[in-house]
Amino acid sequence: MSAATLPADLAAWARDGHPLPYALLADRPDGTVVRCGDTVAKAHAGDSDRDALAHRVRIAGAGALAGVLLPPLRTGSVNGRPASLWPYGLPVDPRRPEDAPWEAAGRLLAALHSTPLGALPGPVPPMRGPAKLARALRGLSRTHPAHTPAGSAPEAAAVRAAARTLPAWTRVEAAPPPGGVLCHGDLHLGQLVRYPAPEGPWLLIDVDDLGLGAPAWDLARPAAWYAAGILDAEAWPRFLDAYRGAGGPAAGPPGSDPWPQLDAAARALTVQTAARALVKAAEGRRGLDEVERLMVDACDRMASLPADLESAAPS
Amino acid sequence: MQCPKCHALMHTYNRNGLQIEQCSGCRGIFLDYGELEALTRLESQYTAQAPYGQAPPPPPPAPYPGQHAAPAPAWGAPQHGGHGRHGHHKGGFGRMLFSS
Repeated sequence: MSAATLPADLAAWARDGHPLPYALLADRPDGTVVRCGDTVAKAHAGDSDRDALAHRVRIAGAGALAGVLLPPLRTGSVNGRPASLWPYGLPVDPRRPEDAPWEAAGRLLAALHSTPLGALPGPVPPMRGPAKLARALRGLSRTHPAHTPAGSAPEAAAVRAAARTLPAWTRVEAAPPPGGVLCHGDLHLGQLVRYPAPEGPWLLIDVDDLGLGAPAWDLARPAAWYAAGILDAEAWPRFLDAYRGAGGPAAGPPGSDPWPQLDAAARALTVQTAARALVKAAEGRRGLDEVERLMVDACDRMASLPADLESAAPS
Repeated sequence: MQCPKCHALMHTYNRNGLQIEQCSGCRGIFLDYGELEALTRLESQYTAQAPYGQAPPPPPPAPYPGQHAAPAPAWGAPQHGGHGRHGHHKGGFGRMLFSS
């Protein structure tokens, strides 16, 4: 029983001790995932808050979220790690990001954000997005300590400077804005599956970061990609229009400028992505790839903008 | 009111009796007729009284790219309005869109 045997042990747990061949889908410190026939088993991060995680998985099974979140089959423990079992859903092909279901993503987030909290098993834990930004910045401080050559390189300096422009709540240094709703907390194109595979409707998966928070966070990763010039210029309005058309509350009414409401969270995700890119590049002893560099460039522009005149509230 | 440059909402701030509009998107500043002169006057009074310390806010930075397909923030990439770089990023593009 060790990290090396975790995928096989997880597959055995998924099949109640009657192992079948399995496919390793992910093996990272924050989650090991195996597909075993028509089920997918996940061993969650060893340092997970187990009570909060169990609560998040129960929320995924709530009737109020049918058609929005993939419901779990069961939970347990494998090699000391909290584990959960899910039906297999067909993901977006990572080699074909152009096939991403942007409209479905927008509609699903609008439905998630509109879920009445009273219909969920409560109390709903906090959305973990800001905690992950804080973790990414701590990671940057470890691989690129300030006052060292790595830490004062222009890329690391740009990410630090952009981080200083962020509101304190985005780094868990202040209470989040009031009016939180149920959020996914870690939206990207790997978080959408068709269930039943391969033709069923799209659903959201992965509830490790699910919880109460600012709904702009869930739009902020696509917003950051769009702002940095990474995302196809047509994909962003497809996503945004579907979200607003379905009544999503995070970005103003259809047709209005969404950026006053999205700006803080989109900056936060840009900083988080750039910080993680620098850490990963340092660990892999490589330079930044082209898209990672675009995120650092966005941080550089963010840091060079003049500050708000906001010390007094707008009159 | 809306920013004449990027159409985001402008907020009104009172500084030394002057009403100044600043854009919540691009941080640009809108001055009404006569306000620039009033600011210049205040600045010369200020520098006459005290060692030069806090400068007035600098003018808005980098020109905002025109012809947007959709609004974008002031820190956004200058290539907005054209096609995204979709398909030109090789592996990095897909990796970023599919990971935390």
